[in-house]
Amino acid sequence: MSAGTVEAQGGTQGGTQVDLHVESGEQRRLYWAVADSWNVVRRTLTHYQRQPVMILWQLGFPIISVLLYAYVFGGAMEVPGSEDGATYRDFLMPGMFVMTMAFGLMNTATSVVHDATKGVIDRFRSMPMAPSAVVGGRAVTDLLVACAELTILALTALALGWRPDGEPLAMAGAFGLILLLRFCLIWAGVWLGLLVPNPEAAGGLYALIFPVTMISSIFVAPSSMPGWLGTAAAWNPISSTGAAARELFGYPVAGDGSWIQENAVLMAVVWPVVLTAVFLPLAVRRFQKLSR
Amino acid sequence: MDTYAVQAEALQKRYGEKHALDGFDLTVRKGTVHGLLGPNGAGKTTAVRALATLLKFDGGRALVAGTDVAKDPRGVRRRIGLAGQYAAVDEMLSGRQNLEMFGRLFHLGGRRARLRAAELLERFDLVEAAGKNAGDYSGGMRRRLDLAASMILAPEVLFLDEPTTGLDPRGRGEVWEAVRELVADGTTVLLTTQYLEEADKLASRITVIDQGRAIADDTPDGLKDCVGGDRVEVVAAEAADLPRIAEVVARVSLGEPAVDRTGLRVHAPVRERVAALTDVARTLQDEGIRVEDIGLRRPSLDDVFLRLTGHRTDAAEPVSGEAMVAA
Repeated sequence: MSAGTVEAQGGTQGGTQVDLHVESGEQRRLYWAVADSWNVVRRTLTHYQRQPVMILWQLGFPIISVLLYAYVFGGAMEVPGSEDGATYRDFLMPGMFVMTMAFGLMNTATSVVHDATKGVIDRFRSMPMAPSAVVGGRAVTDLLVACAELTILALTALALGWRPDGEPLAMAGAFGLILLLRFCLIWAGVWLGLLVPNPEAAGGLYALIFPVTMISSIFVAPSSMPGWLGTAAAWNPISSTGAAARELFGYPVAGDGSWIQENAVLMAVVWPVVLTAVFLPLAVRRFQKLSR
Repeated sequence: MDTYAVQAEALQKRYGEKHALDGFDLTVRKGTVHGLLGPNGAGKTTAVRALATLLKFDGGRALVAGTDVAKDPRGVRRRIGLAGQYAAVDEMLSGRQNLEMFGRLFHLGGRRARLRAAELLERFDLVEAAGKNAGDYSGGMRRRLDLAASMILAPEVLFLDEPTTGLDPRGRGEVWEAVRELVADGTTVLLTTQYLEEADKLASRITVIDQGRAIADDTPDGLKDCVGGDRVEVVAAEAADLPRIAEVVARVSLGEPAVDRTGLRVHAPVRERVAALTDVARTLQDEGIRVEDIGLRRPSLDDVFLRLTGHRTDAAEPVSGEAMVAA
């Protein structure tokens, strides 16, 4: 046996003073799924607490976007709904909300790919915690962040003179639909995050997200685009959420009378449900594929 | 059954045509460090991931800490720790926050998670750095935090997947020291490494894996013996002399001498050790060939590897950690 070889000297495990008996999570599955998810959420919230600059960046971006769009582009924009006395700001704000949700997909994908490549997901998977908490915690965190982003955006807009004119319940519904969009994009983000090989590749997703966000009715009316592009923009799921939000905030935009534009509120529910039905199973499958 | 911490029988893992594990067998005695050694792509990491429940295997049977890996993965997860290449800490949390977070996720609850974190910080000599971001830790500190996180439930079996890859000699020494202490406390360690020196220093038994199969299982000394006794080694002063030195050594050696061009070394197993050494030394002196060093040495695990697999390990040998682990 070589010089430094180690053998057990017997004795207790580590001489700990702490009682290390724990429930495996086999019993009370639901309780542990919730408790574990919450602890995963806490982890990310602690990130924000430790790096306040991160909050500034993440929440500063929407504020800067509102200012840019309102003052840089605002003057040059035709307001598609101006017959009601709506300003570009009224037209813009729902678009800003929706764009922030769409870009949130990048945050989800980036966080997931980071945890996957750094081995954090592997550590979680080697622990007796509920496997669903790894992804579930991510989803809850991203929804909480989305709520914070929407609050900041709305307060900024109100300070700039945005005065939504809808019924309170309808306006709450608008925020609900906007969060529903974010919810379905979480699963697309988790799926993409587990699909791409490294954080650098995840950065490349912007090239995909940016045009998809722009080819929509959230900033301009599709009727101003070439025919085929206008159709694509009108059928873009985020257009439906944007149009529905405008309607519920009390400044509906007169559409071209097409079915998709007339049924914005319905489609703002249908699209996210369909997207969730597609991406949630894909994300779960991809997660399970980690063990293959 | 009680004497083994890990028992794997005929594990199979296929990726399409490729057999990552091809009937892999392994037994690890309780309370020992067991080295799993092999080149890149030999199946080391696949084996560890399969035993640590991260990867489903296609065939065979595995018991870890007396628990069936395929039937009760969660039961296994409660009894194992995983650290190294494939387990990580959160770089944006402090060392203490990392341990508390993982403690809560190990279902210790807030109070016990805090107490256990404090214990482990003490234990792994991280008290001073406890409040610093793990992302700002040195390589050795990070791996120690990683080890601490995997030791939260004082697991019976600890998997260490290449725990010192990428560390400087100082960091490597720190990790080795930590591993020794764990084993002294009764933890069983399955260690994969590309560094033969590391396996030689830590492990009481070594399994050599190649192409998804265990091709040898013995003590480090036993493995060295199987390569056959002592070797003559000549370190040349100039690379140009290597071919001639190889010829001279070949006259007395049992097999074709190995020539290491970067290290300017020629070595080969010999039977009549003193006679062979004298013969080589005299011949080289007569021919006026300058040598830096000449001597007899025991085979290294590197030689074992070459003999067993027909190829060397891919990784360069680490800078010798002799000096700092001696303490």
